[in-house]
Amino acid sequence: MSRWLGWLPRTLWQWIFWLLILGGLYAAYVRVAYGLGGATNLSDRFPWGLWIGFDVLCGVGLAAGGFTLATIVHVFDVKRYRPILRATILTAFLGYGLVILALLFDLGRPYRVWHPLVMWNPRSVMFEVAWCVALYTTVLFLEFIPAVFERLGWVRPLGWMRSFSVPIVIAGVILSTLHQSSLGSLYLIVPDKLYPLWYTPLLPFFFFLSAICVGFAMMLFESWHSSRAFGKQLELPLLASMGRVLAVLLSVYLLIRFLDLYHRGVLPRLREPRTETYLFALEAALLLVPMVLLFLRSIRLSPARLYGCALLVIFGFVTNRLNVSVTGMEAGSGVHYVPKWTEVMVTLAIIALGFAIFRFAAQHLPIFAEEVPIVSGRPVPLAAAGD
Amino acid sequence: MSRAILYDSTKCIGCRLCEAACAERWGLPYDEKVAAEEQLSAHKLTVIQTHGDHFDRRSCMHCLEPTCVAVCPVGAMKKTALGPVVYDESRCIGCRYCMLACPFQVPSYEWSQPLPRVRKCDMCYERQLAGQLPACVEACPTGATLCGERDDLIAEAERRVAENSDQYHGLYGVMQAGGTSLLFVTAVPYEKLCLQRPLPPQPLSVLTWRMLARVPDIVVVGALLLGGIWWITRRRSEVAAAEALEEEP
Repeated sequence: MSRWLGWLPRTLWQWIFWLLILGGLYAAYVRVAYGLGGATNLSDRFPWGLWIGFDVLCGVGLAAGGFTLATIVHVFDVKRYRPILRATILTAFLGYGLVILALLFDLGRPYRVWHPLVMWNPRSVMFEVAWCVALYTTVLFLEFIPAVFERLGWVRPLGWMRSFSVPIVIAGVILSTLHQSSLGSLYLIVPDKLYPLWYTPLLPFFFFLSAICVGFAMMLFESWHSSRAFGKQLELPLLASMGRVLAVLLSVYLLIRFLDLYHRGVLPRLREPRTETYLFALEAALLLVPMVLLFLRSIRLSPARLYGCALLVIFGFVTNRLNVSVTGMEAGSGVHYVPKWTEVMVTLAIIALGFAIFRFAAQHLPIFAEEVPIVSGRPVPLAAAGD
Repeated sequence: MSRAILYDSTKCIGCRLCEAACAERWGLPYDEKVAAEEQLSAHKLTVIQTHGDHFDRRSCMHCLEPTCVAVCPVGAMKKTALGPVVYDESRCIGCRYCMLACPFQVPSYEWSQPLPRVRKCDMCYERQLAGQLPACVEACPTGATLCGERDDLIAEAERRVAENSDQYHGLYGVMQAGGTSLLFVTAVPYEKLCLQRPLPPQPLSVLTWRMLARVPDIVVVGALLLGGIWWITRRRSEVAAAEALEEEP
């Protein structure tokens, strides 16, 4: 009996993790056995729900730290950001992997997910997104694989990868710019359905800029969690400078967002007492409050407060994406959509999976270590790269 | 020249023979229960809706520049030269972007099927290729639904509206979203009849094409810009390193 008890999860988080995974597996069974109709509350009138709104739109956005930081470190050569590059690239790679996993749940015919690569329609935004996500996931893999080579001590492939790193990074930045904005372009085609607080010709620009904002927020978020879990923390001046950049980016975003509302003449709609107004207010507040706070020096010099601001920005970003994909689309479609438990379960299980894979990789790969310089054809031995 | 369907709501008596003919053409069950459903769905691709004294007919509008054709990432939707917009089930990945994007809320999904398909009217493309009329047109006993060349039907519709201007409100389908191959003459404003929001005269796909047309520019300018910045920053650190070496004694 005691032999079996050893297999049981030991901590509260492990219990939560395995419960979510079990729930996710059961939801996956429901999805396969009963189809989209049995597993979701989607309908002809409301064909895109939580899996697109959260898992895909938020998942891709939350992984935007990868290309933002790669630009800062590799293109602008800002060396002091290097210590978090690996961890951020890994998060991005995981993020895209999980987005593709979620997409397999959402697609009616998941086994045809590769069709856009061979059956082209260049007039389709979705076609462009599919290509960019496929290529960029490959780019992230190539950006991350050197960490694995270092762990294995493979010097020669490491050297090859290094010589290609800049073109790969530049390709990644361009691909990210394209598809982060194109996720917004997806909704340009529904001017008659999306609520005017969110429908704007600037949607692609807003999606792009808010993705960069949340990229910085995610870097602060990860830094905090890795310091708690592994005792590896970034120096405070670096975190504080990221907080300041985030404040500036948020103010640019919010300024243009409200100017756009003003120019399209939809500001008076904020006086209407309806769900859209309240959820827009929530979205705006979740971005406005951390913006103001991050301009304060006392906030930026406390890791915990920085983390709190990052959390607010992440919630604000998620609210925005769900507002575009769910809140804003409800009135135009004439139905009320609430996700089914299976939709929520799959989403939670995918998030849990993301945390677990990141933790595993952080324990076994040198992602918090500096890139190892190659000295006389041998990588410098890695201290504490393993357990 | 392309084929189109003209529906005259003043001639429609709501007998639903078109619905039954459509169900038979697709091999779908049709009974009193199905007849009572007034919504398009995966098992009902032609629908007669009752609005008080008036009838309205709902099915795919077969747009001249269809939104579904523009948004489909795999080209499963096609506008044929003959007129009908057809769906190639073997390409479809089930992303349902066509359903989200269609301004007329037409495509339906087989939600309960393990391998679902998008379902919508194809204006009996195969029958028309064989020289036959669409099933709904053939079934219509009053001539409320006519099939013919689009230009001829527009001329016919305009003639009806001009001759009986007190009876008709107007012609719908010539301009909306770039024009449709389903044309309507109705006694009340069409938008009021089917609760359709007014659509712009240009195809909706211009809204996304405006962005997509910029992709090559973003790639070229992005590569040059980022490459240039990288070259400058690298050069700067090289020069700084060389100067540091020189200063050493």
